[in-house]
Amino acid sequence: MEHFLSLFVRTVFIENMALAFFLGMCSFLALSKKINAAIGLGIAVIVVQAVTVPANNLILNYLLKEDALAWAGVSGVDLTFLTFISFIGVIAAIVQIMEMVMDKYLPALYNALGVFLPLITVNCVIMGGSLFMVERDYTFGESIVYGVGSGAGWALAILLLASVREKLKYSDVPEGLRGLGITFITVGLMSLGFMSFGGISL
Amino acid sequence: MSLRRLLDNLEPHFHKGGRYEKWYSLYEAVDTIFYKPADVTKTTSHVRDGVDLKRIMITVWLCTFPAMFFGMYNVGYQANTILAELGQAGLEGWRGALVAALTSHNPASIWDNFLLGAAYFVPIYATVFIVGGFWEVLFAIKRGHEVNEGFFVTSVLFSLACPPDLPLWQAALGISFGVVIGKEVFGGTGKNFLNPALVGRAFLFFAYPADMSGDAVWTVVDGYSGATPLSIVAQEGMTALSGHVTWMDAFLGFEQGSIGETSALALAIGGVILLITGIASTRIVLGVIIGTIITTLVYNWAGSDSSNPMFAVPFWWHFVMGGYALGLFFMATDPVSASMTNTGKWWFGALIGFMVVTIRVVNPAFPEGMMLAILFANMFAPTIDYFVVQSNIKRRLARG
Repeated sequence: MEHFLSLFVRTVFIENMALAFFLGMCSFLALSKKINAAIGLGIAVIVVQAVTVPANNLILNYLLKEDALAWAGVSGVDLTFLTFISFIGVIAAIVQIMEMVMDKYLPALYNALGVFLPLITVNCVIMGGSLFMVERDYTFGESIVYGVGSGAGWALAILLLASVREKLKYSDVPEGLRGLGITFITVGLMSLGFMSFGGISL
Repeated sequence: MSLRRLLDNLEPHFHKGGRYEKWYSLYEAVDTIFYKPADVTKTTSHVRDGVDLKRIMITVWLCTFPAMFFGMYNVGYQANTILAELGQAGLEGWRGALVAALTSHNPASIWDNFLLGAAYFVPIYATVFIVGGFWEVLFAIKRGHEVNEGFFVTSVLFSLACPPDLPLWQAALGISFGVVIGKEVFGGTGKNFLNPALVGRAFLFFAYPADMSGDAVWTVVDGYSGATPLSIVAQEGMTALSGHVTWMDAFLGFEQGSIGETSALALAIGGVILLITGIASTRIVLGVIIGTIITTLVYNWAGSDSSNPMFAVPFWWHFVMGGYALGLFFMATDPVSASMTNTGKWWFGALIGFMVVTIRVVNPAFPEGMMLAILFANMFAPTIDYFVVQSNIKRRLARG
């Protein structure tokens, strides 16, 4: 239990997807103007991440890895070259399902997120999370915690950025820096703040 | 009133179409140092108060003086004590020559200590003030806003948070980053979201860790490493610390550390004035203290059998070590980067208290945590405000 807890804290704070690895920047910058939309996207990413990482973990361990098909009586088969394409397939399917669910039950949020909802498919956080899972050899249990944690870290980061940007609406930014320019600087300063966790080993 | 007449005579040159139109912000700055601003609110609803931004900033600036003077004394006291211990005659470099020309190195003499400290602090402060002031004026002229006393506060807090041995070019670089990236790109005083002094300090901390942390930078004597209480505890534990400094020493400020951070007492004198005048928020200060106490008790309880000696540090030691008091009274209470709502201020303070202890205890990379804890909480301040406002809206709707 303690192991899972420390893994969760590490993925949310120390290895924050957005502010330590700078993954998922496109929607991070584009959808952080309004807090409500940011919260919606954050939750969407948590859900997608919590489903895809464990699902990909199962696919990797029971279908793709060398001799993973032993349970089906097939041995000596190594399908790891299919890793990327099957991960992308899983992600795309989950996002598609979520999009339909949102369209039906949360139309306001669905409209607010617009094109960025299907774009979660190509959000680097999702694919990155699955690939980190492969690289670090997470077990199924760990991959659930990691999926929820990395999604939550990214959601926290976009929530913080969105509220800072709502505050900065009253700022007087020099002409050339308005819009994305100042957002880049803001994100950089925020990641300076998140460096307070650098060096903690859990 | 000849000064008033002089300023009035000069004024037309600085107005639109005048000869020195571009320099209006400088004229305005000089004018309002001596007299109160002429602008008054013209629309119907406004609050009349004797206090304005300028008075607030100047008060904060004056409140740092006890810590500043004690800091200079302490830098000299530490250096002279070490010199006497090592049996050396003096310091190297131009500062050493200057001190040697003016006075001797007697650790028992207040004047000797003070002068030696001043020889280190004054050049740092002057550099910070001139370089930072240059950026401030440049942006004021180019962007047409006024030069603001907020910079007095930023510059003095930044200088007080630096180690005494800091190379001057680094001081210049740090304050440039703090003022330009931390504040001016957002439009100047009141429009930033992080404390500019801390941004500059953190930038130096990560860019030049060898000059900003470790054991060798806290004293001006070359080649001598005097560890701060925090790093003594982190490496050797609480029992080893009692051989170096007592709690009273740390409270009064006779310890190694950044120039202005050592004396909790001197900082508290300034801090209490700020609290009484209402410039610093009591809610934030109490929030930080409560957060620190609770977090420390939890760590004391959780880590009683841990090999990390920081777990065993009691909270009254946390209060007097490192930059805690400086951050508590002067940086956490920065009204611009803190939470705006009253409930939010409690949470904001508590978050700082939690983070400072967590960084000190759990993170082996940084023995000190106040600076990073405040920066971290600054980031959370708008989010805290958002949720406080939302819950107020919800409660009022429910009341009908």
